[in-house]
Amino acid sequence: MEKMHVKMNVNGKEVDLLTEPRTLLIHALREELGITGPHVGCSSSHCGACTVDMNGMSVKSCTVFAAQANGAEITTIEGLGSPDALHVLQEMFKEHHGLQCGYCTPGMITRAYRLLQENPNPTEEEVRFGIAGNLCRCTGYQNIVKAILEAAAKMNEIKESA
Amino acid sequence: MVPGAFNYYRPDTVDDVIGLLGEWGDDARVIAGGHSLIPVMKQRLSDISHLIDLGGVEALKGIIIDGGTVTIGAMTTQHELITNDALASAAPIIREASLQIADPQVRYLGTIGGNVANGDPANDMPGLMQTLGATYHLAGPNGGRTVAARDFYEAAYFTAREDDEILTAVSFAATSGGYAYEKQKRKIGDYATAAAGVLLTMHGGSCSAASVALTNLSDTPVYCTDAVDILVGSSVDDEAVAAAVKAAVDVSDPVADTRGPVDFKKYVAGVIVKKAIESARSRA
Repeated sequence: MEKMHVKMNVNGKEVDLLTEPRTLLIHALREELGITGPHVGCSSSHCGACTVDMNGMSVKSCTVFAAQANGAEITTIEGLGSPDALHVLQEMFKEHHGLQCGYCTPGMITRAYRLLQENPNPTEEEVRFGIAGNLCRCTGYQNIVKAILEAAAKMNEIKESA
Repeated sequence: MVPGAFNYYRPDTVDDVIGLLGEWGDDARVIAGGHSLIPVMKQRLSDISHLIDLGGVEALKGIIIDGGTVTIGAMTTQHELITNDALASAAPIIREASLQIADPQVRYLGTIGGNVANGDPANDMPGLMQTLGATYHLAGPNGGRTVAARDFYEAAYFTAREDDEILTAVSFAATSGGYAYEKQKRKIGDYATAAAGVLLTMHGGSCSAASVALTNLSDTPVYCTDAVDILVGSSVDDEAVAAAVKAAVDVSDPVADTRGPVDFKKYVAGVIVKKAIESARSRA
C-alpha cells in the first residue's frame, strides 16, 4: 500500500504530507503536523471533540481520511484565535464558564464558529440543535449555549461598528 | 482505531469508477460520505484493499428539478438537501427527514446515495424513498439501468445493485399535499427506534392519494400497501387512521436490540405512524 501526498491548507499554511491512505485526518493533524487542538474523544464520530472546519463544513476528523481532505482548506481551533488574541467565541467561553475540563472545547468552539457563519443570529433552540453533534460531559451545556449566544451578539456588534 | 491498509483512488468520471470496480472486484469498495463505511473499516469488520472515493466525480453531485421530476445526484449531501430551497418547495418531506438524520457534522458529509445504497435498514432515506415511490439510477459495465426503490431492498445490506454497479442518482415526482416524516430516537445521532414517512392528498374531504412507509422496523424498509388502501378513498377520520396504523404495524417485523424488545418497537411504530398520518393530514 503506497504512501500518497496529501496537500492541504491548514490554518492558512500550505502543507504537503506523505502518508498512508488509511491515515485519518485527526491523526494527520495531531501526529504528523503537531496540531493538537482537535482531540480524539470517542473515535467513532459521536462526540465531536475532533471537529475541524473543512472547506466551510464542520466535520468529525476521526471519520475522514486525510486522503479525502487532499486539496482542502482546514481550520482548527489554532486557526481561530491565539492565547494573545482570543477569538470572540473563546472570550465568551471563558467569561461564561462554558468549559470545565476543556476536552470538548476546541471541537465545540470550532463547530460554533461555523454555526455562526451560517446563522449569525441563532435562537437558543437553533444553537442547541446546531451543536447537537458535540458532547460535553461537564457543563450540562447551559453555559456553552450562553457563551455562543453572547458571542453571536458580540460578533454582530463588531460587524455593525466596522 | 485505525483501518487496515488499502490503496486509494479518486477518479473523475463514473466510467473510471466502473472500470476500477471491474478491475478489483470484491476487494474494492466505493466511498461516498464515509460515515457508514469508515466506522466499519475502523472496527476491521470489512476487508477492503481498494477504496474508490466518489468525491471527485462531479457528475454525481447536484439537485435538478425539471418540471415535476426531482433528480438528486448520489453524492449530494444531507446538508445540501436541507439548505436547497427549491427542493424544499418541490418535496418538503426531504428536508423534514434529513434534519432528523445524525448530527450537523455527519450531515455535511453524509450523502443521499450512500444512505440509500448501503442497504442498512436503520438508515432513513430508504424508507423515505419508499414513501416517495422513487426510482434509483444505477451505472455498471453494461451501461445504466433503473430500479424502483420499492424493488431495491432484498434483506439487510442486500440490494438489487450488483457488485460492479454504483448508484448514480435517485429521482421521484415532486409532491403536493400533506407530508410528514416522524422519527422516534433515543438521542440525537441515533438511528430510529421507529420512523415513518407519509404523503397524503385530499380532494373534497376525501383522500385521493396516499403513501406510507416504515424505517428500521424490518430488515428492509417497508412500503405499507394495506395502510395506503385503507386511507385512499376515506375521509382520513380517526377510524381510518386507526385502521391504517394497525395495518402498518402488522407488516412491521422489528427485531429486539438495544432500542428495545419487539413489543415495544411495535408499540412505538404505532405511535409514530399515527403521528405521521395526523401531521400529514394537518398539512394536506
